[in-house]
Amino acid sequence: MSEATASVPRIASWSGFSQVKLGNREALARAVMLLLGVLLVATMLAGLAIGPISVPVLELVPHLARHIASPVEGAPDGVLLRDWIVVKDIRLPRVVLGALVGAALAVSGAVMQGLFRNPLADPGIVGVSAGAGLGAALFIVLGNTALASVMSLLGIYAVPLAAFVGGLITTLLLYRIGTRGGITSVATLLLAGIALGALTGAMTGLLVYVADDQELRDLQFWGLGSLAGANWEKVASAAPIILVMLFCVPFLSRGLNGLTLGEAAASHIGIRVQRLKNIAILLVAAATGASVAVSGGIGFVGIVVPHLLRLTIGPDHRYLLPASALLGACLLIAADTLSRTIVAPAEMPIGIITAFAGAPFFLWILLRKRGLTGL
Amino acid sequence: MRHLFASRALGVLTATALTVAAFVVPSQPLLAEDTDPERSSRIVAVGGSVTEVVFALGEEDRLVARDSTSTYPQEAIDLPDVGYIRALSPEGVMSVDPDLILMLEGSGPQEAVDVLKSSGIAIADVPEGFTAESIVAKVRAIGAALGVPDKAEKLSVQLERDLEAAQVDAASRASDLRVLFILSNRGGRILASGADTAADGIIELAGGTNAISDFSGYKQLSDEAILSAAPDVVLMMDRGGNHGAGADELFAHPALGQTPAGKSGNLIRMGGQYLLGFGPRTADAIRDLSAELSSIQGADRS
Repeated sequence: MSEATASVPRIASWSGFSQVKLGNREALARAVMLLLGVLLVATMLAGLAIGPISVPVLELVPHLARHIASPVEGAPDGVLLRDWIVVKDIRLPRVVLGALVGAALAVSGAVMQGLFRNPLADPGIVGVSAGAGLGAALFIVLGNTALASVMSLLGIYAVPLAAFVGGLITTLLLYRIGTRGGITSVATLLLAGIALGALTGAMTGLLVYVADDQELRDLQFWGLGSLAGANWEKVASAAPIILVMLFCVPFLSRGLNGLTLGEAAASHIGIRVQRLKNIAILLVAAATGASVAVSGGIGFVGIVVPHLLRLTIGPDHRYLLPASALLGACLLIAADTLSRTIVAPAEMPIGIITAFAGAPFFLWILLRKRGLTGL
Repeated sequence: MRHLFASRALGVLTATALTVAAFVVPSQPLLAEDTDPERSSRIVAVGGSVTEVVFALGEEDRLVARDSTSTYPQEAIDLPDVGYIRALSPEGVMSVDPDLILMLEGSGPQEAVDVLKSSGIAIADVPEGFTAESIVAKVRAIGAALGVPDKAEKLSVQLERDLEAAQVDAASRASDLRVLFILSNRGGRILASGADTAADGIIELAGGTNAISDFSGYKQLSDEAILSAAPDVVLMMDRGGNHGAGADELFAHPALGQTPAGKSGNLIRMGGQYLLGFGPRTADAIRDLSAELSSIQGADRS
């Protein structure tokens, strides 16, 4: 196949819909989503089953179900306390948090790419995560002193909310800077992302200077990204925000589909573009903020997942968004399982794994889409 | 429209499943059964000095794993590594099936320690400190946890005497040089140790003066702070990577080169764990450092 003929359907699949293929695509999309649903259940079970300690997980699952219905203290009869703790207090919260964060990051990536009409937009790359990290760092360092009253008022939600506000401000700034006359310049966007990243990095550096040793350790955790600290408290602090986002985001699909035609065309077919953008930015900032607050900066999920799915089921956001949530959850649980096992009994931060897998992938997209990304 | 409904339904299902999972209520920490310390035979040592003390007590046969800062003696390195002292993985630690974890103060993260406590494994906290007394306190705490208080007492007395002799020795040389400990000089940024650090403690014990006293912990120094600290000698850890810059390279730093240390090229390198560990080898480290300091002072005077 020559380069010219190969690139035509690619452009069509990005900027609009190939009507001829639509019927097939929908059937395929539904099949893929079903498959991903099954895969998610399988990955979650694998995440519960695999680790440095071998545990009879299938025997424990009914006990877990009973525990959810009526919690009791201590391990159920016939179950080793060690096995019970490993599954209930270590692996299950990690699997659940991994699913939530993976889904949030992948959907955030997909929504941003739709919003900026560019496959390279991603909360990690354009600096939204850095902004969210700054918000979180602010509360970690100043939470016991300058911001103590706010901290006591918001409790476990203080850090996720601060991360949300940090992410929101960064996203709004990026959008303002990168978009002119309804057209987003990717070069400006990425460069603005670098500038904002440097700025937030400098401010985080300032915080490092006033932080004490314990706070420094907590801060260091943002750099790498990890689900190692997962517990039910963190799940409870991130779950409401991320679940609201996952519930709301399907209602944006029609708007995001329309937006691929361009803003003018989208408003001609009855889409309230400005409102769509506002809601999308709010949701992305909220979900990214909540994810960054509990797991630090885990990169590249938001790029890799939507891109893989676009290649298989096409750009229709009605399918792309829920499928991204499912695949993102699967991938992050799998990466976390790997991070728990490859250097056992020690642990490899998950951010290293996703970056190793994601960065080459990002370059590959860059090369493939060179003509399309405006770079 | 039906497809749209299907996709939403799937989304709702996923979300519901996650919500349900989110409400699994964590149970309260379970009380550990009191284990007889004398019988604990599968011990994880977390903290380089903790491992050294276990070896010094001759109880190393009971160790099953160590953390990544435990790099002395050589036999310790052969034990499985449960990761960095501040980044322990609870499941990794549990996987070596320990019945006792000796944890140096500052081990973490807190979440990991909480889970380990709830699993019923006995955990003995070992206090950290940067004085001669704190070394003895470590030995006593570890001896009690291992159920060998007599051995620990013997080692404590011996260490106490040794440390005192080393300090008297160092004081007699009375170098009183201003020493700047540099943790890292990566990218020309000088990360130095202030008060309340292991480096501050060992410099004091060896009869030197920490050139930095106006902050505690490790912080980056500005050029002017380096000049006003006016160190007579720079102390660094002896290990590879960005910690291992040579004297020429180090003193090529514009501010550092203008200090007394830079002008006469005074750089002392010592093994990190040996110098900063505050364990059984600290008396030797005091003697080595004090000897280095007094030879530098002798050279400077002549």
